[in-house]
Amino acid sequence: MSTMATPLPETTAAWKLPYRGEVGMACLIIAESAIFTIFVVAYLYYVGKSLSGPTPRGVLETPIFYTVCLLSSSLTIHFAGKLLERGRRAAFLALWLLTVILGVLFLCGTGQEWHRLIYQHGLTISTNLFGTTYYSLVGLHAFHVTVGVIMLSIVLLLGLAGRVGPEQSRRVNVLSLYWHFVDAVWVVVFTVVYVLGR
Amino acid sequence: MSSDAIAIQTAEAAGRPWVATLHEWVTTVDHKRLGVLYILYALFFLVIGGIEATIIRIQLMHPHNDFVSPQVFNRMFTMHGTTMIFFVAMPILFGFANYLVPLMIGARDMAFPRLNAFSFWLTAFGGLLLYFSLLGGNGLYGAGNAPDVGWWAYAPLASRAFSPGHSSDYWTIALLASGFGSIGTAINIIATIVSMRCPGMTLSRMPLLAWMNLVMSGMVLLAISPLSAAQIMLLVDRYLGGHFFDTQAGGSATLWMHFFWIFGHPEVYVLIIPCFAFASEIIPVFSRKPIFGYPVMVGATVCIGFVSMSVWAHHMFTIGMNSYANSFFTITTMAVGVPTGIKIFNWLGTMWGGKIQFKTPMLFCIGFLFQFLIAGLTGIMLASSPFDWQLSGSYFVVAHFHYVIVGGILFALFGAFYYWYPKVTGRMLNESLGKLHFWLFVIGFHLTFDLMHIPGLLGMPRRIYTYEPGRGWDTLNYLVTIGAFVQGIATLVFVANLVISYFKGTRAGNDPWDAWTLEWSVSSPPPVYNFASLPTVSSRRPLWDLKHPEDPDSRYE
Repeated sequence: MSTMATPLPETTAAWKLPYRGEVGMACLIIAESAIFTIFVVAYLYYVGKSLSGPTPRGVLETPIFYTVCLLSSSLTIHFAGKLLERGRRAAFLALWLLTVILGVLFLCGTGQEWHRLIYQHGLTISTNLFGTTYYSLVGLHAFHVTVGVIMLSIVLLLGLAGRVGPEQSRRVNVLSLYWHFVDAVWVVVFTVVYVLGR
Repeated sequence: MSSDAIAIQTAEAAGRPWVATLHEWVTTVDHKRLGVLYILYALFFLVIGGIEATIIRIQLMHPHNDFVSPQVFNRMFTMHGTTMIFFVAMPILFGFANYLVPLMIGARDMAFPRLNAFSFWLTAFGGLLLYFSLLGGNGLYGAGNAPDVGWWAYAPLASRAFSPGHSSDYWTIALLASGFGSIGTAINIIATIVSMRCPGMTLSRMPLLAWMNLVMSGMVLLAISPLSAAQIMLLVDRYLGGHFFDTQAGGSATLWMHFFWIFGHPEVYVLIIPCFAFASEIIPVFSRKPIFGYPVMVGATVCIGFVSMSVWAHHMFTIGMNSYANSFFTITTMAVGVPTGIKIFNWLGTMWGGKIQFKTPMLFCIGFLFQFLIAGLTGIMLASSPFDWQLSGSYFVVAHFHYVIVGGILFALFGAFYYWYPKVTGRMLNESLGKLHFWLFVIGFHLTFDLMHIPGLLGMPRRIYTYEPGRGWDTLNYLVTIGAFVQGIATLVFVANLVISYFKGTRAGNDPWDAWTLEWSVSSPPPVYNFASLPTVSSRRPLWDLKHPEDPDSRYE
């Protein structure tokens, strides 16, 4: 007898709690924000402390076009999610594909900028403090965009295989939360690196 | 009938090849098994960290001793600190959280079982990596193996120039891996508590253990992440030639200190809050009274969570901050004592007028209460920056934080072991061995750590390899080492108790302590699915309601 479970009253009334996927992603975003905060603090702390060139004022160019790409991808992924909820799969896939393209465009922009900085200005991660902090902060963000693009592409492939329907829209929304976060971080990085840091 | 079922199970288990059992444990995603894995893993490292502590103490037993070389001594205190914080305290507390939280909130598993397994193996991998440095740390330089830069790894000591070879890389990557594991587990605990509570389990009815683990996990998200960020920066410096902490290129050594302690101080609360949770579950049961001031307890925990995020630079009073920073961190550090004091009064209020049963778990909790109080008092002393200028980096500080970690955290953990061991294994821990363990440990603890304050006050610096005779430190250090051995013997008694009771202990039944939370409603050990049907609760003490239908708690809510 003693090993049997003590009977407890069973479930009756409706009992609704937040969706665990969204809670988990919110927590991940909090943790990631703390990581980015530390890198942003380091960047701001070291602005103008490099002992040698090149300086941000001399070599950085504001990447307006690629910023517009990344920020507008937040809109496309938002509406893609809405369309999926309503069951309009083809429109969802089209917007989702657009999101992936915008994300890849942004990464190309970062790549171009780095190429220019390395080959024209000779700025690498070990050149000076500016190089160290710049490549770490922008690189950390680009890494997050890359991870996001990979995950978006997996959903895209599954969608093309016909596996993504309205019943998955909650999960898809969790992924778009991450994507919105990556975009929001870019707003901060952009402000810090291209506005305040110059 | 159910005992037949168990007999069949055991027979099946005995008949199965050990590879199959091993495979089951390695691939498990069950929160109870992962909890046990976490705890066993941490106990293994506890023994290793204990051996390192013993080596340190033997070396310091006499002046001019040369039990180990200075290089080995540096490695020993580095590995001891790193091991005890990251590979004993963190995993053991995560293990308890993993095991208990779903059971106490009436859930069948954690929110993300696979993430749970992933986090455990990341942490396990981190620990192995740290100790692999003993083999692989030499690198091409022949420059020493295990990390020897102290557990803070202050810049520029940890930079390539001063720490050649790979020892610091192993330290960094081990902490990075286990840090990601910790963040994963914290996410999991929060999602479980927010989204998986059984019907009726509102936030205000949740057991305090769940509340405190929720706060602890939130702090892990905010405290471990900066450490991970700082480790990435250190790796950039060491591998890619970056200049974050390179003072030759305009970098700042102070920035590393800030980043490390932004993690380091909240970490203390990450470790102690789950221990508050154990005390908050154990003290009411053995005082036969509900917890005193439940809402205040929750409020104080959340308050500690917030305030402890803004006290980190009290570890850095001696580096020459301006007077505003010194005052700010002195005030916040003293302020964090207020919610902590509230908790101590709440536990005393719970015991006041109760029918106290002095079983082993309760003894350890009472030890925890008094010792944690003293640890808090020396903490208030050190919070005052002028006092800290005199004693920072001395054995007084070492005595203070060991008072917190051993006298507070470890005592509460031992209490938790005695309290929940019956639930995990189905057998009681032996009470006489338990009392022997308690008294031996109390004597050893006080011999070591009470006396350790005095050489600190007399000016003995921490991390010192050896010392001159005749400074008044000799006898004290000798006694401190004896105390360490007494603690070692007490720990052996504990391990013996764990092993003997697993095979010979009296059977526990569902609810050996006549307790009130949901984990005691299921069999011991609990079935894989935890609850056959999800329970519904209508008060903070669901089992009290069940045992006393004539006077349930829910009537007073």
